[in-house]
Amino acid sequence: MTRVIKLSKGLDINLAGKAEPKKVSLSAGNVYALNPADFEGVKPKVVVKEGDKVKAGDALFVNKDFPQVKFASPVSGTVKLVERGDRRKLLSVQVEADAQQEFVDFGKKDVKSLDAQAVKDALLDAGLFGYINQLPYAISTNPETAPKAIFVSAFRDMPLAGDFSFELKGQEADFQTGLSALAKIAKVYVGVNESMSLSDVEVVEFRGKCPAGNVGVQVNNIDPVNKGEIVWTVEPSAVIFFGRLFNTGKVNLTRTVAVAGSEMKENGYVDALVGQQLTVNVDANARVIMGNPLTGKAVATTQQASAVTVTLGAHTSEITAIPEGNNADEILGWIMPRFGQFSVNRSYFSWLFGKKQYKLDARVKGGERHMIMSGEYDSVLPMDIYAEYLIKAIITGDIDKQEQLGIYEVSPEDFALAEFVDSSKLELQRIVREGLDVLRKENE
Amino acid sequence: MGFLRNYLNQIKPNFEEGGKFHAFRSVFDGFETFLYVPNTTAKSGASIHDAIDSKRIMSMVVIALMPALLFGMYNIGYQNYLAAGVEGSCLDMFIYGALVVVPKILVSYIVGLGIEFAWAQWKNEEIQEGYLVSGIIIPMILPVGCPLWVIVLAVAFAVIFGKEIFGGTGMNIFNVALLARAFLFFSYPTKMSGDTVWVSTESIWGFGNTLPDGFTCATPLGQMATGSAPTASLMDSVIGLIPGSIGETSVIAIAIGAIILLWTGIASWKTMFSVFAGGALLGYIFQATGQSQIEWYHQFAIGGFCFGAVFMATDPVTSARTETGKYIYGFIIGALAVIIRQMNPGFPEGMMLAILFGNMMAPTIDYFVVQRNINKRLNRVKK
Repeated sequence: MTRVIKLSKGLDINLAGKAEPKKVSLSAGNVYALNPADFEGVKPKVVVKEGDKVKAGDALFVNKDFPQVKFASPVSGTVKLVERGDRRKLLSVQVEADAQQEFVDFGKKDVKSLDAQAVKDALLDAGLFGYINQLPYAISTNPETAPKAIFVSAFRDMPLAGDFSFELKGQEADFQTGLSALAKIAKVYVGVNESMSLSDVEVVEFRGKCPAGNVGVQVNNIDPVNKGEIVWTVEPSAVIFFGRLFNTGKVNLTRTVAVAGSEMKENGYVDALVGQQLTVNVDANARVIMGNPLTGKAVATTQQASAVTVTLGAHTSEITAIPEGNNADEILGWIMPRFGQFSVNRSYFSWLFGKKQYKLDARVKGGERHMIMSGEYDSVLPMDIYAEYLIKAIITGDIDKQEQLGIYEVSPEDFALAEFVDSSKLELQRIVREGLDVLRKENE
Repeated sequence: MGFLRNYLNQIKPNFEEGGKFHAFRSVFDGFETFLYVPNTTAKSGASIHDAIDSKRIMSMVVIALMPALLFGMYNIGYQNYLAAGVEGSCLDMFIYGALVVVPKILVSYIVGLGIEFAWAQWKNEEIQEGYLVSGIIIPMILPVGCPLWVIVLAVAFAVIFGKEIFGGTGMNIFNVALLARAFLFFSYPTKMSGDTVWVSTESIWGFGNTLPDGFTCATPLGQMATGSAPTASLMDSVIGLIPGSIGETSVIAIAIGAIILLWTGIASWKTMFSVFAGGALLGYIFQATGQSQIEWYHQFAIGGFCFGAVFMATDPVTSARTETGKYIYGFIIGALAVIIRQMNPGFPEGMMLAILFGNMMAPTIDYFVVQRNINKRLNRVKK
């Protein structure tokens, strides 16, 4: 029997422009850029020079603190640019792809015959290990950690998120192989929202609103992280990367990404490589987001309807476009009915409209205040955590209190919905990220 | 409305750093965000946000207060005409009441918001909307006989020492409006209690009646404090046609406000419910032991019980913030209010002190609730 966990807290935001389950094609550039900022907590050290030839699977940069953790090139070609910013901070390593793709051959392996160390070594060699994240701190993990369990959330429920079940079609074997490989290292839990038959892992079904699909929420409800413990979390697309490595011996970073949002000219799914430059057509005054509107990063704002080229992030399952809204000039917002706006508060009328789809823009829609209302965060955070108190402990830098209140169990994305509903408009995800970074420095 | 936006954009530079009206930046900012939803877009984290903000929340509370305020105006006229023994139309009574109350509200807002604007300018912050609510509640919880200069003092004290020194709305420990009332209650007791302050005695612009010097009228709570049963019927108390503080008399008007607050989710039903539960239990005990001359439910209809339970105990900043804590917090307030009424002859009404005490206890209540979560986490490690 599959374990079923029902979550009562949460919020589904019904945004207009969901990706239709069909493949679309986007014009793609020939240059691929791997961005170290996609791998949270990694201090990158470049191991190639401009002009070097690389194959798909060769390392472009490594984690300075753990040089055995390499980051594989998605394509074969010539290193075109090592892009650096202020104080020589590495921004990206860019590779111009060859016409004929060559792959480093890591050798097909039968996962059943491997032990934990062999699986780790294979992922490290192929430059894929860095795709594994960990809690605490919500960072890219290192091979010296010993996880008590590994968690994979096999569904995404953030607004406009790419549907993993669509991506999974035709990739089932690789997904299973990836899971079986991880299961050699520690017990693997896979969170699902519809039944899925998988072996070597424990499948746990989650029923509830967003953020039930957040892996952090699933960890908290299955086996929470205690101080001193580590769990690994792996994004389901990365599990497919792992599976392909063992099944084919090659690094193939192809993922199926949703292209969605009310301002996107064409919605659907596109197969693309990590780091690939994709051109999306968006409407005027739109914000293009790498990721979903709750946790993604705004990468461009358009003035008029135009084509925008974006680089596909390593952990991105969707590219979305919403109205920027900086010219909305909405009058007397404190009293107007504002039927087009979505709110959990019943001083607006979204409770009347049921399944209406909303075209929300990027305005904050209010000034930043101290925390006034109580219970807002907790109503959308299905974890056994007093969110307000944790946020306050982070703001005041009280590390003991943060530990007591469970900071090791959270990642910034868990607070995305709280940030959405917050009437005081605090930047909760930034606050949590900074808190986690300070704590990590403090504990090292 | 484009011209207004253009005009604001045109004059805006004057208020920015280096502009000639920079000293009024906070005022300009306040009015601009009042007229238009800020066009600021998200810089980090979530790109989309809920349409709710603190302006909307505070406006909803002000709207919820309106029935009680309007009825209060009418009741001032009613009490005046009743005391004079003169027949008057409803409209006359209402206009008279409005003429009495509006200056009080204006004084409260001008002084309070003036301090807010100045403080925001000094601290280089945005104006906080909290005073929109406090500023209308303060006149509503004072006796009608309270003179304007006393309101000025109370507002200034409450805004500066009750709120701003703690860091503004969201950081204060005590309910600002109640602090204003408590300040007056102890500093100017003759303006706040007794038999002479509950009915307006001067006619204004031909409305209302001038009552003879030395006119007295006790509130039902005042009568109870002297050991006698209140003369006003329960029905009058529920409708609100009894002497009392301006906005607190009508249970019906307050109930309309309560529905607005509960429906919008701005006030916590847990707090509100448990204030009544606490009051009911203690009221019942006093009734059963014969110490009270009135039935337990009659306690709700007189004095500031309902007004306090609906509008002041539920203030999210000063109430308990944990969901479990809200039950305990509310219960303490309701129970304590009735205890003070019955057992302390020095204070005819207990609601103000009960809520202030609740405010003081709220962090402790929350501490124990949160500590339970912390202990659970610690136990998990030990296992």
